[in-house]
Parts: sequence; C-alpha cells; structure tokens
Amino acid sequence: MTDTPLGPDQISGATPDNALRNADRAAAKDGPHDGPMLAADGTPLRRSLNRALRRQKLRALALVAPLLLFILITFVAPIADMLFRSVENQIVGETLPRTVAALDDWTFADGEPPDEAAYDALYSDMFLAAEAKTHTRLGGRLNYETTGISSLFRQAGRGVADIGEAQIEAIEDSSEAWDDSAFWAGLMLTGDEAAADTDLLADARARARIISGEPLAMPDETWPSAAAAAALPRTAVAYTEFALYTWSVDEDPPAEEDPWEAVWLSLALDLAANPDAPSAFSGAQAEALSAAQAALPPGTADFSFRDAFLEMDEDWGSLDVWGTIKAFGGPYTSGYFLSAADYSLNPEGVSAMPEDEQIYRTLFVRTLVMSLTITLSCILLGYPVAWLLANLPLRTANVLMILVLLPFWTSLLVRTSAWKVLLQQQGVINDILVWLGIVSDGGRLILINNATGTIIAMTHILLPFMILPLYSVMKTIPPSYLRAAKSLGATDWTAFWRVYFPQSVPGIGAGSILVFILAIGYYITPEIVGGTKGVFISNRIAYHISTSLNWGLAAALGSILLVLVLALYWLYDRIVGIDNVKLGG
Amino acid sequence: MTEAASDAFVAFERVQKSYDGETLVVKDLNLAMPKGEFLTMLGPSGSGKTTCLMMLAGFETATHGEIKLEGKPINNIPPHKRGIGMVFQNYALFPHMTVAENLAFPLEVRKIGKSEREEKIKRALDMVQMGHFGGRRPAQLSGGQQQRIALARALVFEPELVLMDEPLGALDKQLRETLQFEITRLAHDLGITVVYVTHDQTEALTMSDRVAVFDDGRIQQLAPPDELYEAPRNSFVAQFIGENNTLEGTLERVEGERCTVRLDSGEVIDAKPVNVGKAGERTKVSIRPERVEFDPELGPDAHTLKAEVREFIYMGDTFRTRLSVAGNDDFIVKTRNRADQVRLTPGQSVTIGWLPQDCRALDA
Ligand SMILES: Nc1ncnc2c1ncn2[C@@H]1O[C@H](COP(=O)(O)OP(=O)(O)O)[C@@H](O)[C@H]1O
Ligand SMILES: [Mg+2]
Repeated sequence: MTDTPLGPDQISGATPDNALRNADRAAAKDGPHDGPMLAADGTPLRRSLNRALRRQKLRALALVAPLLLFILITFVAPIADMLFRSVENQIVGETLPRTVAALDDWTFADGEPPDEAAYDALYSDMFLAAEAKTHTRLGGRLNYETTGISSLFRQAGRGVADIGEAQIEAIEDSSEAWDDSAFWAGLMLTGDEAAADTDLLADARARARIISGEPLAMPDETWPSAAAAAALPRTAVAYTEFALYTWSVDEDPPAEEDPWEAVWLSLALDLAANPDAPSAFSGAQAEALSAAQAALPPGTADFSFRDAFLEMDEDWGSLDVWGTIKAFGGPYTSGYFLSAADYSLNPEGVSAMPEDEQIYRTLFVRTLVMSLTITLSCILLGYPVAWLLANLPLRTANVLMILVLLPFWTSLLVRTSAWKVLLQQQGVINDILVWLGIVSDGGRLILINNATGTIIAMTHILLPFMILPLYSVMKTIPPSYLRAAKSLGATDWTAFWRVYFPQSVPGIGAGSILVFILAIGYYITPEIVGGTKGVFISNRIAYHISTSLNWGLAAALGSILLVLVLALYWLYDRIVGIDNVKLGG
Repeated sequence: MTEAASDAFVAFERVQKSYDGETLVVKDLNLAMPKGEFLTMLGPSGSGKTTCLMMLAGFETATHGEIKLEGKPINNIPPHKRGIGMVFQNYALFPHMTVAENLAFPLEVRKIGKSEREEKIKRALDMVQMGHFGGRRPAQLSGGQQQRIALARALVFEPELVLMDEPLGALDKQLRETLQFEITRLAHDLGITVVYVTHDQTEALTMSDRVAVFDDGRIQQLAPPDELYEAPRNSFVAQFIGENNTLEGTLERVEGERCTVRLDSGEVIDAKPVNVGKAGERTKVSIRPERVEFDPELGPDAHTLKAEVREFIYMGDTFRTRLSVAGNDDFIVKTRNRADQVRLTPGQSVTIGWLPQDCRALDA
C-alpha cells in the first residue's frame, strides 16, 4: 500500500483542470513581457484551449441533464411550491375582492360589525361565488381560523339568491318585458353607438378570469353602454358580471339567459335611488322601467343588505367573522407559520394558543430529541459492529454484511408490524422478561405506543445507514496505525481513542447525518408504534396533507422542519466541519 | 548459532510461528544479536521476515519458542510496554495530527512534561533534517519527508531497539540511497540496535553489520555482508546474493579442501567443498561471474572449459558475456572494460577458466 497523498496538483494527467492550470502557469512564467502564448494556428493558446474544453463541458452537461431535470421537477419545484403555499393566501382576496376592499377602513378594534357598504359588497361577491361554487372552498379555508365559518358560508351561498325577493317579484309582475332575456340585453346596450363603459368591463373580465381560470373567449361586446351605466350603475355592474360569467363559464350567449337575481335586485335599487332613471331610455324600455319603478314595494330606497344577512344568520353580525375575513384578506399571510408555532392570528392580532392546544412546539422538540436519541443509539450499536466487519477477513465480513443489509430486503411495514408483535405488553419480549422473573406479571413494561417503541423500532430500521458509512470509512484505516500507536507506547485504549477513533469520525459524521435526517422526516414507523407520545411532527404534516387538507399549515410545518435541518447542518459544519464527512475511501 | 544466547541483547530461541495451524511460516528460528548491532533480515517476499519482526514487536505471538530481550522472555509483555521503536513501510504517520503532534504522541503517553517534550521533538526533527516541518500535516509532505518523520517518531522516545520493515520500499532509487546512508549514520551515532527488514540485497549489503538471509521460514545464513557474498554457505544464498553461475553435477571425491565434481555434461572439475555430502551425492557448483577469465593464464591449478558465446552485452564499465558452458546456457562472465579486451561475437568458441578456490561446491 503506497498512500502518497494526491492533491489536485499532484494529479498530473491531462485533466481539463490541469490543462487550464498549466496554461495559467505557462502564462505566469512567460510574464507580461511577451504577450499571450499562441497555439500553432496563431490563436491565443488560452482561447483555443477554452474552445477545446467547451465541447467537453457541453458533453458533461448533456450527461447530467436528465438527472438535473428530474431533480428540478421532483425536488426543487415541490420545495419551492411548499415554501410558497406556506404563506400563500390568495383565496380570500380573489373570492371576496369587494368585501376585502370595503373592509379597508374597518378594524376589529372598532368593536362593532362594519357598515352597510361591507354587507353590500359581500352580497355581490357572495352571489358570484355561489354561482361559481367557490364559496365553500373559501369557507373551508377560513374555518381553519374560526370554526363555524364553513357552515355560515354554505348557508349564505344557498340564501343569497333569496335576498330582495319582494323587489324582484314586484319588477317581474310589473311588465311582461322583464321575462324576455333579450330585453335585458337590449336595455344594457341602450344609447349612443356603443360607447361602452370599458373600465367596468375590464374589472368584470378580470374577475371572470380568476373564477374560470382561463383567458376569456368573450368577444369584445359592448355592454354596458355608457348611457346605461350612468342611469343604472348597479344594474350595469351586476349585468356585466352575469353576462361575462354566462358566456365564459357556461358558454351561453347572455341574451338567451335569464339574468341572475342579483341583476333584478340591482335594478330595483337603482330605480329606487334615481327616480329619473327611466328618462334616460325611450320607448318600450322607458315604459317597462317606469312600470317597474312604480311597482317597487315601499322601503326599497332604504333596502339593507345587513338586515338581509342578519336575517339569514345572526353570526353575520359577529365581530369574529368579520375580523377573520379582515385578518386573512391579504394575498399573503403569516397565519400558517404562527399556527405552526402554536400562535394564532386572531382578528385582535397575534396571541398564543391556549395551553392545552399547544402541540406543534412540543412535537418539534420531541422530533428533534428523539431523532438525536435514535442517532446516538445507532452510533452506540453500529460502531462496534462496523469495527468488527472492517477487521474480519473479507469473506466473513461479507456474510455478516448481508445480515446487516437483511432488513432492507423486507418491507418497512412488515418490520414495523413485527416490532408491534414483539414489544406489546402481551408480546414476546415482555413474556420472556416475566418468564425470567425480571419483571412481575402485573408490571409488564410498556414498550410500544410510546416514545420507547418509536426509538427501538426506528433505531433498528435506520441502523444500516449508520453501519455502512462507518464500515467503509473504517475499511480505509490501515491496521498499521494502531500498531504504530502501540509500538509508540500507547495502551489499547489510548491507541483506539487518539489514533483510530479520530480517523473514523468522518464515518460517524456521514452516518449521523444520514440517520438524523431520515429520522426527522420519518412517519410510517412512529405512526404505527408511536401511539400519541411517540409521534413525530411528520405525522402531523401527513395528517394535514391527507386528512384535514390544510395544506398551508402542512407547508408551514414542513418549511420549519426544513429550516431546522438546515440550521443543524450549519451547526454541524461549524463544529465538526462538513468536509469531515466521508462515505468511504 | 555459536554466540552465547544468554548474554545477547535480542534473542530468538527455537521460535516457530503458524497462522493457520497447518503450515509453519517461521520454522525453528534461532538468532542472537549483541547490543548496538545493525542486523538486516533479507529474503524473498513471503519468507517470514515481517512475521519475525511482528513477533519481536509483540503484534504476533510465537507458536513455540522464546523471544528474549536483555535476557528476559518478552512473550507475555504487551507491545506498548516493550519500548521498541518501529518504522513501517507505509510510514503509518497519524494523518489527523501534525508532524509535531505525531512526535509528541509517544512522549505524551509516557507522561513526559511539556518543556522536555518540546526539546526532544526539536532534537529528533533536527536529527532527520526536518526542523521546520513541525506544523505540517503528513499529507503535505513528500514520501521521503514522511519517511524521515516516521524515523524521527520511532527514535524520539529513545528506544534501545528499533525495528524497520521495508521502510524505503516505496521510495525512488536516489532517495532510497540517501536515506540508507542516513539511517546507518543515525543508528551508529545513537548506538541503537536495529533490526531492518528488506528484500533488496544491495540495501542489506551496504547498511548492515550482519545479514540474516531468510527463505522458507528459516535463516539460511547469518553473516557479515562480505562473507555472505564471498562465502555463501548454500546454493540459495549464492543465488540470492549477487550474480552467480551454477553448474550441476555429482561428487566424485572429497578430500579436505578439495573435491572433484563430475558435471552432468561429463567434464570433471575441481572445487572447494563447502556444503557437500559424501562422494556420489549431487552438488551445485557456484562461480561468481567476475572470477571467470577468458583464455586463462591462471597457472597450473586453474581449470579450463570450452564455451560458446551466446550474447555479448556492452555495459559501459563492464562487458557481460552470456555463454553456453557444460550444458548451462546462462553462464555469465563479467569482464572489465579494458583497452586490450576483445569484444566477442555470438557463436564464437572460447576457453574459460577459474581458480578452484573460487569454485564452491554447495548443496544440491
Ligand atoms: N496475518 C496473517 N495471517 C495468515 N497468514 C499470514 C499472515 N501474515 C503473513 N502470513 C503468511 O505468512 C507468510 C510470511 O509472511 P511475511 O512474514 O509477511 O513475509 P515477508 O515479510 O517475508 O514477505 C506468507 O506466506 C504470508 O502469506
Ligand atoms: Mg513483509
């Protein structure tokens, strides 16, 4: 064995790096006095070398490209997505844009629910949301923050069409014309040559696009005309929304569809608010409008959306509901991260969760402590085994290595379930202990469904990840080091501790990082043998991903876990040094 | 071995060693070394040299026999209490320690105070001309420098006995020669006893007080270098040390300092009986290439034989001629490049001759 040290400079073969290095050296030696070295064809040497190397580099890139792509798609993109999801909160602003805008001046600290304008905005937002059926999703989202909102929204979605029933019926009965869909369309196009209110149309377009999720196939229609929008402003907005939605989502021409209740109610309110409105129109349109105006029930001018919502459910007067909508109205939120740290983002601000609902911090601490314990157990159990393997004759070592790898050949679930059988109170291990008289029959040990169970089972499962790097590092430590140490006067222990052990540290480092990082994200085993006291944060993440469907919170928990791991990695680098990690050779 | 083993510094007495319980790697080793001797174990690979060294150092136990240090058996003393310095072929410098820390190691485990320690380290480094390298790591040193440090480390705790197992095997020729010289100088200056293992005969001949030629788990001959070359005791040693011509034959007569051998090709020659049996037994006759002359005028005692030139090689200071003599096609003759020396051509017939005392009859 000749272990001549080989630094990069000692490898004198024709590697690209060495070629560059040599060119540098040549350039340095020739100095500035006689310009760059020239190749045979007269181009500067460095340039022709670079050209020659570029092909090599391109080929190298082509070789790694599939993997690079794979990693980008399956690793980098999901992590980026997770980080985004943990703060993303578009849904409130997209579903209730007018309501969120109307709440601008309102704060929870006002001590009372917002004024009529907010209820008015809520009506139009909610109507569209109910048509698009997005209100239940939003209700579900806000329900994470304040329970009860989900059912409140579902109910509102059903009830919103009934608001202003009296006004709608009055208009309907006032003239036959209102039953004609085309009449409505004509009304909105009244006036001069298509002088459309483009701002209004653009707004409505933007909303319809968010709801339908695709670019609108809607031709450049011209409602509402500027005249109609001036005379009947609410109606114009409501009709445009209806028309765009009908066209883009239902793909029906609006002139063939009955307008929504919201359009009818808007017309009633416009006519009540502006007695001169019919005069902007002429002929049959003016007649129908006048008839409708005359038929309006008394009190229409003072129509209150607030009363309508409160009648539907008293909770619409609740400060908490409005506070929640306000608190989560922004496009990004710190709410998920606060929840993940056992705080809650209330309408009043940030507050700690009640003592008995604080689970995540405990879980994070437990995950870290138990992962460290598992790593430590793996070192303690794995080190002697690796040492033995590294010092046995190759043939014996290979046989034993198969035993070490054997666990990999059985399914994780089978192994974990086997531990359940072994560790339970009536299980094999307790039976043996009772039989040996170490524990009494009444005092059988609880080895499963708690932290002990998780540590035992996970140490077993992760042990090979410790032994393999340890073994391959130990294999490279020549026995002559130990002999040298002893010949220099060291006892067996000193020789081991001062000479052998320091050289095996890179193996311990690699093994520990592997085991620790695997442990910290493990969830099948803790789920099966951990009970409630032995589950990890990852079990909670899995729960939020697949059961509660609170992906934002799951993403926040995952992000915190990621940061924790990176922080520990950094700490490890500071203490041990990351170049002190070897997987062999 | 004729020395009184009892007052030797190092003594192997009837030592045997087997690793597998079936074959003996070391068979009946007897060796006694006085204090201050530089003894080299020379032999082909696998002849048991390292095993002997390891038994002396305490890393292997002798299956049979006793090893004594200063008259006391050391079979049951663990290696770290033997106080024997060792230099390994791959240097075995601890890679995670600096040069100075490597040298401090044997002193620390002996609980030597810091100031004394530093003084000794400095002295040891200066001794091998590596005074400025204390802060380096082994990986930052060249092979020769590493070997010097390994030497300094083995000497820093002032052992009386130092073992070296092919310490120069991994170095190039020039460096090897420099270090050979330095090691012998140090050994003599410090008065230490050295057991040196090598498979390189030049190294063995130039460095040692005595050389033990190993083969097949036995010492074939233990003698000073000149004696080993001039008077090999058996045909293995004659073959192994230096260049040698062998002619096989049967003994006809043995009379004191003279014997007659009938070669297999029929010629009868006189030889000096060194290691032979009775008349009628087989023997190998050994003649050094530089003791053979062409067209000899050696006097009445000399022997002459007919030979045919096979190859003539010009080597600068010498000529090597390969001849076919008495059925041996590899008979080499070395002649100095003198002005009057004729250059032979292949196929040419010549007469060669030598003095009977240069022709040694050895075991078959
Ligand atoms: N640890 C060992 N186990 C089994 N056989 C060994 C061991 N070490 C050496 N041998 C055998 O003993 C013989 C002598 O080896 P060694 O002493 O190393 O020879 P040398 O150093 O002269 O080359 C060899 O045949 C070798 O295969
Ligand atoms: Mg050897």
